Amino acid sequence: MSDKEKINEIMKERERWEKTTLPKWMENRPERKNEFRNHSDTLIKRVYTPEDTKNMDYMRDLGFPGEYPFTRGVHATMYRGRLWTMRQFSGYGTAEQTNQRFKYLLKEGETGLSIAFDYPTITGYDSDHPFARGEVGICGVAVASLKDMEVLLDGIPLDKVTTSMTINGPAAMLLAMYVAVGDKQGVPREKIGGTTQNDMLKEFFAQKLCIFPPKPSLKLVTDIIEYCAHHLPKWNPISISGYHIREAGENALQELAFTIYDGIASVESALERGLNVDDFASRLSFFFASHNNLFEEIAKFRAARRLWAKIMKERFHARNPRSMWMRMHIQTSGCTLTAQQPLSNIIRTTIEALAAILGGTQSLHTNSFDEALCLPTEEAVRVALRTQQIIAHESGAADTIDPLAGSYYVEYLTNEMEEQAMEYIQKIDDMGGAIVAIEKGFFQKEIADSAYKYQRETDDKKRIIVGVNKYTTGDETSIPMLRVDPKVEEEQVAGLQKLRRERNNRKVDEMLEKLHYATEKDENLMPIIIEAVKTYATLGEICGVLRKVYGEHKELIVI
Amino acid sequence: MTKIEEIVQGVLSGNRRSIARAITIIENNTAETHKLVASIYPHTGKAHIIGITGPGGSGKSTLIEKIIREYRRKDKTVGVIAVDPTSPFTGGAFLGDRIRMQELSTDQGVFIRSMATRNYMGGIAKATKDAVKVLDAAGKDIVIVETVGAGQSEVEIIKVAKTIVVIFAPGLGDEIQAIKAGMMEIADIFVVNKADRENANKAIMDIQAMLQLNNQEKTWKKPVLKTTALTGEGVPQLIERIEEHKHFLERQLEHKRSREKAEAELIEAIKEKVATSMIEKLKKEGKFEEFLKKILKKEMDPTSAAEKLLNEKFRNKV
Amino acid sequence: MQSQRKIRILIAKPGLDSHDRGAKIVARALRDAGMEVIYTGLRQTPEQIVETALQEDVDVIGLSILSGAHRTLFPRIMELLKQKDLTDMMVFAGGIIPEEDIPEMKKLGIKEIFGPGTRTDTIVQFVFDNIPKRP
Ligand SMILES: Nc1nc2c(ncn2[C@@H]2O[C@H](COP(=O)(O)OP(=O)(O)OP(=O)(O)O)[C@@H](O)[C@H]2O)c(=O)[nH]1
Ligand SMILES: [Mg+2]
Repeated sequence: MSDKEKINEIMKERERWEKTTLPKWMENRPERKNEFRNHSDTLIKRVYTPEDTKNMDYMRDLGFPGEYPFTRGVHATMYRGRLWTMRQFSGYGTAEQTNQRFKYLLKEGETGLSIAFDYPTITGYDSDHPFARGEVGICGVAVASLKDMEVLLDGIPLDKVTTSMTINGPAAMLLAMYVAVGDKQGVPREKIGGTTQNDMLKEFFAQKLCIFPPKPSLKLVTDIIEYCAHHLPKWNPISISGYHIREAGENALQELAFTIYDGIASVESALERGLNVDDFASRLSFFFASHNNLFEEIAKFRAARRLWAKIMKERFHARNPRSMWMRMHIQTSGCTLTAQQPLSNIIRTTIEALAAILGGTQSLHTNSFDEALCLPTEEAVRVALRTQQIIAHESGAADTIDPLAGSYYVEYLTNEMEEQAMEYIQKIDDMGGAIVAIEKGFFQKEIADSAYKYQRETDDKKRIIVGVNKYTTGDETSIPMLRVDPKVEEEQVAGLQKLRRERNNRKVDEMLEKLHYATEKDENLMPIIIEAVKTYATLGEICGVLRKVYGEHKELIVI
Repeated sequence: MTKIEEIVQGVLSGNRRSIARAITIIENNTAETHKLVASIYPHTGKAHIIGITGPGGSGKSTLIEKIIREYRRKDKTVGVIAVDPTSPFTGGAFLGDRIRMQELSTDQGVFIRSMATRNYMGGIAKATKDAVKVLDAAGKDIVIVETVGAGQSEVEIIKVAKTIVVIFAPGLGDEIQAIKAGMMEIADIFVVNKADRENANKAIMDIQAMLQLNNQEKTWKKPVLKTTALTGEGVPQLIERIEEHKHFLERQLEHKRSREKAEAELIEAIKEKVATSMIEKLKKEGKFEEFLKKILKKEMDPTSAAEKLLNEKFRNKV
Repeated sequence: MQSQRKIRILIAKPGLDSHDRGAKIVARALRDAGMEVIYTGLRQTPEQIVETALQEDVDVIGLSILSGAHRTLFPRIMELLKQKDLTDMMVFAGGIIPEEDIPEMKKLGIKEIFGPGTRTDTIVQFVFDNIPKRP
């Protein structure tokens, strides 16, 4: 029998089943809902069969791990060779406290660092700025100058551990501080590895921790890409992020489409700078959320890899296969965590982490069960790390590559996601690109509508969230909470003011003036920012110079 | 003092709380609204009122923020009324213009108020006008009104302004329609914003072409300017043009006043001349004496006498 | 004469965090319930929030914060409202505010605090039920 005949046969059999067996069962045991849909609003069928994947071509659509189109993974050995990097996003209080947390996590088996900065740092204000009142060290660690970075990384060998920094607007400044610490440790720059998030586009419509307007922001992003291409070969200059898009309210499909588009815009802006695509594309990395619809998420990661490979090859004419790799970091979804019955979050995180592993991620952060309430305690963060270790060593999920390939359901969803994401991409292309879409409020509107829909569904109990709108207990288990001592702010501010008194202020002023001049001249700012942080000019001072030249961004609000 | 009197007093002394309350009373259109507006009316007329309108998202609010900063540099105080539509379905509104001006919210020389259209016929235009009067009476040198230029009712709102600025962004497309739909006539100044984008020059040319078709009147040549509201580029030039327009209006007004005055004087002079020469003539002919006697004898009253005299006089002439 | 009284409400985000998903959903729900919603945007200082409430003459202020800075910022906002004689405005809050902080926040005059997972219609109803009587 030919394939076509086989499919016809299956179709006939299905129709027979639907007429004979199914109706009897439907009568006695009707289905729970009229229709089943996933987060992306795709209608989920009762059962999937070879009919649903009949147009698939194994070699064209899946291939082998480590080969185009990379659907099954970017490495040929995947987790059989090396497990994913277990990288827990952490930071709170002073640099010293966070340094201790880092060392604890490394001791417990974490394999990479990930720094969470506090809001003043993320938004480019010093710890003693009026805006920083009440925020210092609360949601992350305060890093106002190279001094703080030195303490933060004390005793951590930068040639052995890679570090991810969730930083965007002031990415150049924080990377400069990291490089400066590396220089002090005597680590050659070629050996410094890690990632700066440095993805400004999504800041404008999803994360909104922007400082400068779109144009200069993109310029800084490109400065870092260019600088890394020449001087920091192991650094991922940008982590194109869907996570925040998702957390802001998008569904899986929108997250996929908009993240890929964000990637397209980043490549375009580097090409405009005159870089060659194969010189930088292999260092682009991606960052996704893993939400709690297991199969939808797995399909999303697989579709993302395939789609990106095609875009790099066909749209940007990359030649080096590495330029077509989509390497990803995944974080389990913060917005699925509930404040009610917090221990249940461990299970949610487990499912989400499993999706990430089955989806073939390179690096993973698992949320701690208490994060809907506060920053994670040591115990909570250990459980989160153990979740990854149990999946890695006990579940067997890491023993073969892409274990769900060939599942009718997963392949169907993968195809469906890719196709629909392409439609979005086409739509944004037609609109005139990402910046125009942002200015028109396109992404913002999509986000607002999805977030509102999700909330309505939850309110109406069309979407069940255990412990929130069903199985509520009334008496909530209380868990120990991590509180940052308000003294942290006082200490940090005092330390910063001491630094301002003791450093060579004439040198600082000179550097800031030089920086001002360079900013106006539109040259690559990385080298001069590295020089500036080395004089202990503070983050706020450096960002202040740029604010003056570039102006500040105000978001376009769509509800 | 009644509550309303208190609020009026407050407005006149520039008290911010009172200004806010007064505008609420106007918005709510209560029994007291009329009294309030009547009491502040005599104290209005000093502010220059600028209307900013144009398609959604063209950068009106961003531009207004920069305009305010520019006027503040010149030490002028500024009030803003930003009008957004009320949803016809829910009656609610999302008032988002001030987001772009929030940094100025603590400047005591600036007062920003958002208003929803509230969907009552003709109401919003009047309410806007009255709210502008409050800011004017409170001593603001400049009052700016923002509306999205969508239809007829917006055109009505923006007419409270003395100088109307219509703003566009590059990539006009459908917006050309908007120009046809009334914006063209009411505009005093055109602005193409987002000049940092491609196609800004094309937009300018489009507007200029449109202006030529519409045969401008010669008194005020409507300028077409370019701005980048994000950075403030072009804003000082815009302000210059606004000031120019203001002077133009003042000159026009002055011109009108002197004309009226001259006319009155001329009429006076003619009356004087005609009367004197007529009386002299009548006296010479003896007619004057004749009628005077009739009046003394009460055979005739002075008005009828004059009528008769003039009738005879002019009949002879004709 | 047709009176046009409407509930005016300010949704404000003090602090530096950018988690505005909740604030926007609430803003939209309140608008859809027929209110006039003024939204400040992100990163507002207590001074800006209170000045805005004054100029917009709102009936209600909703504060949304997830950064943990409420312990510093809420007292300041409430203090400024008192200074400007705006205590007739009703204030509520939402976001991540630990249970143990709630009594203290309420003592400041914040009428209610809504945690994660609150239904939007609960908030809308709460606002309707607690509109201050203003002249
Ligand atoms: N590139 C560019 N963007 C601008 C400029 N001016 C405004 N924008 C952006 O355009 C968008 C809309 O700006 P607004 O000032 O809110 O526009 P608006 O006309 O007041 O909008 P509505 O009140 O909603 O009708 C925002 O994202 C602004 O940042 C400009 O000169 N250049
Ligand atoms: Mg506006």
